[in-house]
Amino acid sequence: MNAPVSAPKLYDCRDAFAETIEMLAANDARVVAVCNDSVGSSKLGGFKAKFPERLINVGIAEQNMVGVGAGLANGGQLPFVCGASCFLTGRALEQIKADLAYSNANVKLVGISSGMAYGELGPTHHSIEDFAWTRVLPNLPVIAPCDRIETAAAVKWAAEYAGPCFLRLSRVGVPDLLPEGHVFELGKANLLRDGTDLTLIANGTLTHRMVKAADILAARGIKARVLNMATVRPIDEAAIVAAATQTGAILTAEEHSIYGGLGSAIAEVVVEQAPVPMKRLGVPGVFAHTGPAEWLLDEFGMAPHAIAEAAEALIKRK
Amino acid sequence: MEPKELERVARQIRLRDVQAVFEAGAGHVGGEMSAIDIMTALYFRVLRVWPDDPKNPARDRFVLSKGHTACALYVTLAKRGFIPEDEISTFLQPNSRLNGHPNCNKVPGVETNTGPLGHGLPVAVGMAKAAKLSGADYHTYVMTGDGEMQEGSNWEAIMAGAQFGLDNLTLIIDHNRFQQGAALSDTNDIAPLRPKLEAFGWDVSEINGNEMGEVVPALEHRSDRPHCIVAHTNKGHGISFMQDKVDWHHKVPSKEQYDIAVRELSEAL
Ligand SMILES: Cc1ncc(C[n+]2csc(CCOP(=O)(O)OP(=O)(O)O)c2C)c(N)n1
Ligand SMILES: [Mg+2]
Repeated sequence: MNAPVSAPKLYDCRDAFAETIEMLAANDARVVAVCNDSVGSSKLGGFKAKFPERLINVGIAEQNMVGVGAGLANGGQLPFVCGASCFLTGRALEQIKADLAYSNANVKLVGISSGMAYGELGPTHHSIEDFAWTRVLPNLPVIAPCDRIETAAAVKWAAEYAGPCFLRLSRVGVPDLLPEGHVFELGKANLLRDGTDLTLIANGTLTHRMVKAADILAARGIKARVLNMATVRPIDEAAIVAAATQTGAILTAEEHSIYGGLGSAIAEVVVEQAPVPMKRLGVPGVFAHTGPAEWLLDEFGMAPHAIAEAAEALIKRK
Repeated sequence: MEPKELERVARQIRLRDVQAVFEAGAGHVGGEMSAIDIMTALYFRVLRVWPDDPKNPARDRFVLSKGHTACALYVTLAKRGFIPEDEISTFLQPNSRLNGHPNCNKVPGVETNTGPLGHGLPVAVGMAKAAKLSGADYHTYVMTGDGEMQEGSNWEAIMAGAQFGLDNLTLIIDHNRFQQGAALSDTNDIAPLRPKLEAFGWDVSEINGNEMGEVVPALEHRSDRPHCIVAHTNKGHGISFMQDKVDWHHKVPSKEQYDIAVRELSEAL
């Protein structure tokens, strides 16, 4: 399946999350939303209007929020625990480990405005460590959807999945990439474009930039395979090994530190199972300067033309 | 500086702050307006600080724990001579050192990086404890939001401050009754604050935090225990249409609203 070449309309994936959780709640009385004074930023206003008693706002208290989520799950509710990803994962990491992952509590974590979505608010509000922090935990699927369609599909999947998981959402607009009606499968990458010269792998807000980079490369006669890999854990080993053996080079890009994120997870598979040249794009292990989200992505070498250049340099190493 | 003069400076800071937020198209103007009188009194009267020697070990410490109101701190620091006043126009611009939350490695006068709520008070306890260990006589001030006091880390620090006998520590709670999305009373109502702090062993004053005549003596008050000032303030203080409206946590004024704000603040000058 090939992605549309240009999909000009951009969507805030939080809207897809909000619509889907409201739909789920209408059909399942167990669905509750838990938040930390983040009704607006988590787009839970509609949910609150429809199900006021099922919107549990604990105040500005993330550790308490995750613990309360675990208790709600124990009592038979189906909690979606929502907050800015930086505070949700950073502040409450031990609760996520002990109360959710280790205890196998049926809690769905929804990290909002992850990556550098809060651009100008600075590194305290950037969540470019959350893949690393969460993917090391056993029993916690980590998922970063690439568009509104995959977001809705992943939220539906999460409601059915028995156990904790972490959905990492942004607020930065992205075009549609997956077909309407797409069904989310945990740990399964989506082939957006096939190619033989190298493979570009991304998730979240970077997938559409990879597609654009592949267009640029195509114009230069380079056939890039593009994989959308929303699931960071469990990682799709089969798709990675196939990419390595069939295309001979892998370029990754993510709105995350290059240490410990998607690129690292892919590199772990490549090194052990199918060593080929690789390049990881992302935030290069620094606290970002002041600036808006998309500008920062460009600054860190993830503008489509810069991705294409990195791809050309990588191919030379084959 | 006397209270009358401090009031004038506070109004100038309010004016520059709302202008910076308007021009940047982002900021946290409500919580800035509530806190500016206290920050003005600190920097223009109470704190022993040296703008040309910002790291002097003898300096009093001020930690803005409610880091989202950084713009007010930047304007105050600029007016006090820590950074150039014309640098305020770079607030939130690409590569500016004035981002949405204060950075102590870039901005002289900032003591520690804040932004995630519930961090400043524990750090301030450490600063005050360090002075006890070294025999330094600086005083440590920290300002939190009232919503921020919902973070459990604050209460851990409050217990530590009492246990350590930190009579060199003053916590100011900007009690403007609103947090990000709603009133505190509709979210997680931690009022009344006084009995809670007293139960934890602190000396507590309650003041009108937008009234310079009450702010100054409260900041200068010393005790044999850590001191908490519950500062009753108005979110959006000084700008009629913002005052006590939940929307003004991080809303940006339109051109018309901005003009009204400038007019009101200038009239008072
Ligand atoms: C740990 C953490 N959680 C959430 C936020 C998002 N946030 C920023 S300001 C704010 C509301 C703060 O309310 P309050 O402390 O009363 O501040 P003020 O009214 O003085 O602006 C929230 C929830 C944050 N910065 N840090
Ligand atoms: Mg408040």
